[in-house]
Amino acid sequence: MNRNQTTLRKQRAWTDILNESKPFLALAALLLVCIISNEHFRSPQNLINITRQVSYTGIVALGMTFVIIAGGIDLSIGSLLALAGVSGIMLMGKIADPAAAVLAAFAATLAIGILGGVVNGAIITLGKVPSFIATLGTLSIYRSLSLYMADAGTVSSSNDMFRALGSADFLGLPLPAWVFFGLAVVFGVILRQTSLGRHICATGANAKAAEYAAIKTGTVRFITYAIAGLTAGVSAFLFSTRLNSISSTDAGLSYELDAIAAAIIGGTAMNGGRGSIAGTVAGVFILGIISNALDMWGAPVNLQGLVKGSIIIIAVLIQRQKNA
Amino acid sequence: MSAEMLLEIRGLSKSYSGVRVLNSVSLSVRKGSVTGLIGENGAGKSTLIKCINGVTRPDAGEILFAGETLRRTTIESALRRGIVTIPQEFNLANEMTVRENIFLGHELKHGGVFLNHSAMRKRTAELLERLESRISPDAEVSTLSIAEKQIVEIARALNRACRLLIMDEPSTVLNPPEVENLFRIMRAMRGDGISIIYVSHKLNEVKTVCDTVAVLRDGEFVCEKPTAELTARDMASLMVGRELSRIFPPKPAPPAEDAPPALELDGVTLEKLVHHASLKLHRGEILGLAGLGGSGRTELAEAVYGIRKTVSGRILVNGREVRIHSPAQAVASGIAYLTEDRQSSGIIQTFPLAWNCSLISLRKYCLASFIRKKKENAAAEEYIRRFRIKTNSGATPIGELSGGNQQKGAIAKSLDHSPEIFIFDEPTRGIDIKSRGDIYSFIGELARRGMACLIISSDLEEVIGLCRKVAVMRGGTVAGILEDEHVNEKEIMYLATGVK
Ligand SMILES: Nc1ncnc2c1ncn2[C@@H]1O[C@H](COP(=O)(O)OP(=O)(O)OP(=O)(O)O)[C@@H](O)[C@H]1O
Ligand SMILES: [Mg+2]
Repeated sequence: MNRNQTTLRKQRAWTDILNESKPFLALAALLLVCIISNEHFRSPQNLINITRQVSYTGIVALGMTFVIIAGGIDLSIGSLLALAGVSGIMLMGKIADPAAAVLAAFAATLAIGILGGVVNGAIITLGKVPSFIATLGTLSIYRSLSLYMADAGTVSSSNDMFRALGSADFLGLPLPAWVFFGLAVVFGVILRQTSLGRHICATGANAKAAEYAAIKTGTVRFITYAIAGLTAGVSAFLFSTRLNSISSTDAGLSYELDAIAAAIIGGTAMNGGRGSIAGTVAGVFILGIISNALDMWGAPVNLQGLVKGSIIIIAVLIQRQKNA
Repeated sequence: MSAEMLLEIRGLSKSYSGVRVLNSVSLSVRKGSVTGLIGENGAGKSTLIKCINGVTRPDAGEILFAGETLRRTTIESALRRGIVTIPQEFNLANEMTVRENIFLGHELKHGGVFLNHSAMRKRTAELLERLESRISPDAEVSTLSIAEKQIVEIARALNRACRLLIMDEPSTVLNPPEVENLFRIMRAMRGDGISIIYVSHKLNEVKTVCDTVAVLRDGEFVCEKPTAELTARDMASLMVGRELSRIFPPKPAPPAEDAPPALELDGVTLEKLVHHASLKLHRGEILGLAGLGGSGRTELAEAVYGIRKTVSGRILVNGREVRIHSPAQAVASGIAYLTEDRQSSGIIQTFPLAWNCSLISLRKYCLASFIRKKKENAAAEEYIRRFRIKTNSGATPIGELSGGNQQKGAIAKSLDHSPEIFIFDEPTRGIDIKSRGDIYSFIGELARRGMACLIISSDLEEVIGLCRKVAVMRGGTVAGILEDEHVNEKEIMYLATGVK
């Protein structure tokens, strides 16, 4: 009996591992195909570029993963990124001392990000508005605010320190990539190892049972939106240092879709309760590599959306199969 | 196959991820008969049923229905043949009305296109009347109590043209009069030539209503015998494989008069359903709370646990008035509540058993908010051992356990934060007779160590066996309190119904 049980446990572990590693297998296969088929793709500079490019959406996708696991959705995240970025650079222009200006911009960008998330959380948990509707509203509100502040244009910085941050790298990897990986580790640990992570999963899996089990599900959901706002702020800061400016019309545009797509491709359940940060990171890279490879192969730019959309649908179909 | 058999199963086997759940099971069901299907939790009863009604496919074996071999059965094809099931875990759309649920998938239509609402409402009302229920056809299912949901599941099955009705523990949450009525309906159906498979852990019911009894043990078919040849005691030993001793622990002595009650309700009134309910629960006491469906027992418990708002009245814990607005506050005051509705509010189906056990008490396993998983798993293993939860490890998603084993997990969850006051709502719902004994003696032990227990149960045998004192509710208030030799079926039912 006992021996039977251990082999059983191993079997279960095996199928679990196989299920959970689907996004990673897909990523590995994709990498392999791209590396073999295209010499430009495999150049170190291109690989580093991909890593940088995916970092901005990747950071936002981490926050989105928490929101989705807790049973919600945040559509406002791209607009919030623009609003936070615009606010940061505008504040920077008003401060003379360059170091102080960069610090102030950093603080303001993060603060606006968190504030935007807190507003979302309050509308959803205190106002009991469905998250889809609430963040559809704030998507419009945040974008409109940033357009108003920047007169629908681009705000730029003339701060050299700020610019320097945008091209900073350590050990060959650009700063945003470090931040992305660092945050991914932190988020992964929170999700798997802490009571907050457990409560996020419980809230998304069965809010009523979680509530009965003395979990403050409202607070938990509120926290996930605040965290998502924070990730929008972090991403906004890194993004604006890169370009040394931020466009109120284009910045963060459709980031929410990429972030949601990355989470779903990574195995996060669309209706909550289950998901993994490592999966989301894989999802982010899958999307980034595909769009890069399509460029390399010279695929028409306007058809890239078609490929991305198909990948998302296929990912969900695979998920569905597992659940059946 | 002889002509008088409706269903014959031969050599049926089924495994889930390498574990044999059914091992070459054979069973036959006569036309116009009631076959009891009994066995311990996890014996494979529900799995056998799912093989018959197309919810899952067996790995090997043969199923003959009305002379035909069933192959590749789907839920639809089984229904078309007249195999209708009342499942153990309800299959109701919570956001829809009772009527919509009853006609889900076979709506009545005008000219085949437009829904015929009036006909469906009329038919629903008839069905509910036949079940002597006062549920409104237009009530949303999410607002119903667990017993009412059970009635809706039964009504839905009765609404189908049926040759074989399979009932997987339909009576666990029903009150004696409702069970009586159900039996009347079953006998009438049997008279019409319909066959019934009836699964229950209440062996006296099986004795009352079944013609033959089939026993499963650990996925193996043990025997099938005429009920007349068996006593409830015999059935228990056939299920378990040995004699069972008495299952109720000795009742604790009356509490000292001067101690303040652990929990006191003083004229508690809710907006609906409960008016001026008062009772006292002492440390070390096991107090029963009996009453018919709709008498307000669950609502009262939910008010204590902070799920429902009180309009007036006081709740006192250890002599001090408390205001509880959420389960979190109730838990902080040392109150645990085991809900009657396991599926929707008791457990998280997709979570491993171990995570369910620590759902309330997670902080206990945390060091600076990091979960110490070893400790958490060790606690789960302890419950698996103590309650004999049938599973291969605490890592199994609780939704993959059998119904009774899920219930044991739910009990473990509520116990794990070491409450001082424990309100059990239908604690042994779907739990087999042997494990019930384990759980009763565990409750007895907790009471001896000073925990105050309130037992809400529709199972009178349970209330009478466990409690020295029973409060009976009727029409939203405590109609009376019975003690010692007055705790018997007759006096409880008198208080519950108001008629002798
Ligand atoms: N979907 C599933 N995946 C894995 N194992 C399962 C699944 N469904 C049932 N089992 C296992 O099959 C065994 C038999 O379960 P089943 O539900 O048939 O028991 P049962 O006799 O109905 O018990 P109960 O009286 O508790 O309802 C159990 O050990 C259970 O863990
Ligand atoms: Mg069962």
